[in-house]
Amino acid sequence: MKKAVESSGTGKKFGATQALKDISFVVNEGEIFGFIGPDGAGKTTLFRIITTLLLPDEGEMKVLGLDCRSGYKELRKNIGYMPGRFSLYQDLSVEENLHFYATVFGTTVEENYDLISGIYSHIEPFKKRLAGRLSGGMKQKLALSCALIHKPALLVLDEPTTGVDAVSRSEFWEMLKKLKPYNITIIVSTPYMDEAMKCDRVALIQDGQILSVDQPEKVRDGFSRKLFSVKAPEKYKLITALRSYPGISTAYPFGDAVHVTFKDDDFDDALYDYLDRMGITDVKITGTRAGIEDRFLELMGSKV
Amino acid sequence: MRTLIYLIRKEFIKIFRDKFIGKAIFGIPVVQMLILVPAITFEIKNVKLCIVDRDMTVESRELVNKLEGSTFFKVSFSTFSEQEAGHLLHSGKCDLIIQIPSGFGKETGTGNPGRIFVAVNAINAANAQLSWAYLSGVIRDYNMNIVAGIAGGQAFTSVPQVQVTNRYWYNELLNYKHYMLPGILGILVLAIGFILAGLNLVKEKESGTIEQINVTPVKKLHFITAKIVPFLIIGLVDLALGLVIGKLAFNIPFEGSIVLLFFCSAIFMVAVLGLALFISTFSDTQQQFMFTGFFFMIIFILMSGIFTPLESMPVWAQKINLANPVVYIMRINRMVMLKGSTFHDIIMEICALIVIAIISTILAVYRYRKTAA
Repeated sequence: MKKAVESSGTGKKFGATQALKDISFVVNEGEIFGFIGPDGAGKTTLFRIITTLLLPDEGEMKVLGLDCRSGYKELRKNIGYMPGRFSLYQDLSVEENLHFYATVFGTTVEENYDLISGIYSHIEPFKKRLAGRLSGGMKQKLALSCALIHKPALLVLDEPTTGVDAVSRSEFWEMLKKLKPYNITIIVSTPYMDEAMKCDRVALIQDGQILSVDQPEKVRDGFSRKLFSVKAPEKYKLITALRSYPGISTAYPFGDAVHVTFKDDDFDDALYDYLDRMGITDVKITGTRAGIEDRFLELMGSKV
Repeated sequence: MRTLIYLIRKEFIKIFRDKFIGKAIFGIPVVQMLILVPAITFEIKNVKLCIVDRDMTVESRELVNKLEGSTFFKVSFSTFSEQEAGHLLHSGKCDLIIQIPSGFGKETGTGNPGRIFVAVNAINAANAQLSWAYLSGVIRDYNMNIVAGIAGGQAFTSVPQVQVTNRYWYNELLNYKHYMLPGILGILVLAIGFILAGLNLVKEKESGTIEQINVTPVKKLHFITAKIVPFLIIGLVDLALGLVIGKLAFNIPFEGSIVLLFFCSAIFMVAVLGLALFISTFSDTQQQFMFTGFFFMIIFILMSGIFTPLESMPVWAQKINLANPVVYIMRINRMVMLKGSTFHDIIMEICALIVIAIISTILAVYRYRKTAA
């Protein structure tokens, strides 16, 4: 399989801050590759290196087979980039923005219309509207259309769904899936764990370092311990009680439940009594499968 | 080429879609011309006099009448008290005190020189000097009359003397409007280009659009050119507008070639736009640009020779001025419009502008990096 991005030992410093440290990963051609990590993990810095906006201080970064330092001119023709912040011209209309970016890349809207039609058709009724007046979801669709208009081999999306409503978010991922037949490699970052499951492979990134790279299912399976889900109506009281229980190793909130692990791994029956004494009733405890978030927290914990 | 045209088109769309800027671009020059041209003048009128006439003779009256007859002076106060006169000068109610001591009338014609005392408020040094010069002129005239009166009409002609008759070339009536207007045209073009272009680029940084442009294959030179051309065109349209107003409102003479003036202004614009873009590559916010840009504009304008003669500046300042594009356009505008200078007369200024234009554009293109940080 051909490699779309190959990074080995990439590092970047801003003054005294080490933004990226020894980043190594491979993105295969045609896959959707996700970077999952909290704010400030270094996702944007990494994407800016991939898109030739920044130069790495150390390491090798090959994008589409070209070195990111020497091949930037060729690369810029073949990369579609959607920065985290909406950065199209707000005072140009939808249509004008699209035509502008098509021209800048030396192509026309008509030439690659089939590629974006699925996305652009959603906003076409508003094509005369100024981009600045669009809703968040529509802005995102326009930005994606503009990033795709020159049929790039690599699409880099920096937190495309941040600040977008839930419906638009899932619509957006549907659109990305539909790009599969065009063999466009997609690199996407997100702070949302549920979106990680939609990627072919994900890299967990924290403090400028990659913790793990794998298929989302395998990342989940990487969770090394037995995990239990504890539910009770009074969630806040529950989590403080759990954290103060000596037999418990970790307790993190997860949706409407609390995910806990025990110090000696197996379930400790005495927990029921303890919770009862603490005045927490209606407790339901079940064994559960770890999510990506659990694995992420585990990896983060082990690093400390 | 198609990309460049599209980039330029985009700039125009953006400029005129901004309703305020779209109108201001053509409104501001009109207002600027109508206000500044008649307002900025070095002509002195209505200098307020305070007369302390202790003499009260025919001779002293004659002198006062002479002063009153001139448009420069206005006798605002008459008093016998030296103290009161001093007080008036101090409080700014009069600009000049003339004291005529008693015995002034008696002394005239006796061979002893008549004495008067003059005090000028010199807070504004230029004003004081000019008032003094005007006053000396009036007194010289008065002296001539005395000589003539004593010697009698006939004999007067035989008194040996040199009569100076002067003529002001290129601006015969010393009309300050004619002197200021070409300079203000230069400032107009400077302000439009410098501020709009500089802010435009910084705005792209602020809104993040530059990030999106930077990952495209757009060439640096194309990008910078697309930022220069629209403002160059707008600047020249404003220049035309300014000239029309000059003609209609102030009947400004135009001795030279209009084509030459526009040609020079175009070079000047490129120089100014290049500098503005160069400065804006250092600024991350519009505020930063405005602060730095304003600093440069003030220096450019005040040192340009629009208000004060360049030759009287210290040598080091004149050296700095070699790099000041406004100096050249100021000279070119005045020479072409008032004197009718041709290409050959201003070749040095044109060359200087071309050099500044090339250097500043190269700097702007060089400094504008498509990679961040």
